[in-house]
Amino acid sequence: MNETFKLTLIALAILLVLVSIAAGLIWVERRMLAAWQDRYGPNRVGPFGLLQVLADMIKLFFKEDWIPPFANKIVFVLAPTIVMVTILLSFTIIPFAPGILVADLNIGVLFFLAMSSLGAYSVVLGGWASNNKYSLLGGVRGSAQMISYEVFMGLSLMGVVIMAGSFNMTDIVLAQEKIWFFIPQFLGFIIFFIAGLAETHRLPFDLPEAENELIAGYHTEYSGMKFGMFFVGEYLGITLISALITTLFFGGWLGFGFLPPVVWFLIKMFAFILFFILLRASLPRPRYDQLMTVGWKILLPLSLLNLLVTGAFVLYFNS
Amino acid sequence: MFSIIRSIWLTFLHMFHKRVTIEYPEKKAYLAPRWRGRIILSRDPDGMERCVGCYLCAAACPVDCISLQATEDDEGRRYPEFFRINFSRCIFCGYCEDACPTYAIQLIPDFEMAEYDRQNLVYEKEDLLIMGQGKYHGYNYYKHAGVAVGVKEKGEGEQEDQPVDVRRLMP
Repeated sequence: MNETFKLTLIALAILLVLVSIAAGLIWVERRMLAAWQDRYGPNRVGPFGLLQVLADMIKLFFKEDWIPPFANKIVFVLAPTIVMVTILLSFTIIPFAPGILVADLNIGVLFFLAMSSLGAYSVVLGGWASNNKYSLLGGVRGSAQMISYEVFMGLSLMGVVIMAGSFNMTDIVLAQEKIWFFIPQFLGFIIFFIAGLAETHRLPFDLPEAENELIAGYHTEYSGMKFGMFFVGEYLGITLISALITTLFFGGWLGFGFLPPVVWFLIKMFAFILFFILLRASLPRPRYDQLMTVGWKILLPLSLLNLLVTGAFVLYFNS
Repeated sequence: MFSIIRSIWLTFLHMFHKRVTIEYPEKKAYLAPRWRGRIILSRDPDGMERCVGCYLCAAACPVDCISLQATEDDEGRRYPEFFRINFSRCIFCGYCEDACPTYAIQLIPDFEMAEYDRQNLVYEKEDLLIMGQGKYHGYNYYKHAGVAVGVKEKGEGEQEDQPVDVRRLMP
């Protein structure tokens, strides 16, 4: 009973922290984008504009929650919840510190890959249910992009799995005590990072929503808190990919001792979140065929090569 | 590939650049003297209204936000009976200023005229008329014009000759 209570408490705490991080990222992103564009960003509401998040939330809650009469109502309502649910479920496997995790699955990495594949449904169904050609185009792009980037996202992680000898996230972190995996698995890290960008459809890979061609892509018709869920889902996605990069390539909670493990984890995670935002500030969006070409013709062979070489090395040195 | 990394790095460096934003209510941007803002009606050096009610500004206005009614005083000097500008329509194009033959209507560098009630944006003559001469000092239309309306007698203006009696002008 006591143990169950403790685990529930940890799960709730993680959920609360994650959702508040995702909401706070709205402010972080706007301030940092502004900093990189020689502006100030929101600095009026509260100290440093921190209460801007609250103001935005209140605004979103009071917006008219409109469902277009031509939309498929059930799917339209369901789509934004899928992205939230799948991403929040993916977080269950991430060890924030020894003992602070929801589920210590022995197939952690696979669980994440499965969940991120399911997340693609949110985009596709949202775009389809809106019954609007721009939304549909966004949804189609989203599905194609996710399917093609999913392939080598999984393959790029296999190098890490080979080196750690386990799918379990905790084991992967513990295997990095000697050397963080981003050094031996540098190629894998780069490929996973690019795939992660495409997976969260963040700039420069935000083709499903491409404002200047598709208005807002798959969430054009969404308003109010349904839009808010897509929005928070996107920030949760950034947090998830950053947390995964931290766990898989940068030693998770491992640090130099004078700070608690959770703090180390958060420092590394936020460094990657900021890098995501920096990418948005600096890079233009590629054309759609370029995105596909890079995915299938360059990154997929590279990740296969990485897998091959890693496997060969591990076999050679272990036998 | 290199250029991508370079542009990321250059964008990062912008963090340490000077901000471009002027934080408006506390700090104010410089407005040039000829900046087109709030419209005023000016007076001539004698303190009389410059406007002669010629309707050219109302005709030039692309959004029809100026309305006025000309009238004359006892000495024949024209002036507007009322002069009304609807600033909720005004687009601050400055055509009225260009059209004005007497430098009466002028746009000044002031833009802080927000109101909660739309009706308060309709400015009457007493709101528009200022005590000074605005941007053009020393200009008095009736000292150039031929008509005598109590400012000067006929033929006594600047750059003006005495009137010629055509019946006595013999070859």
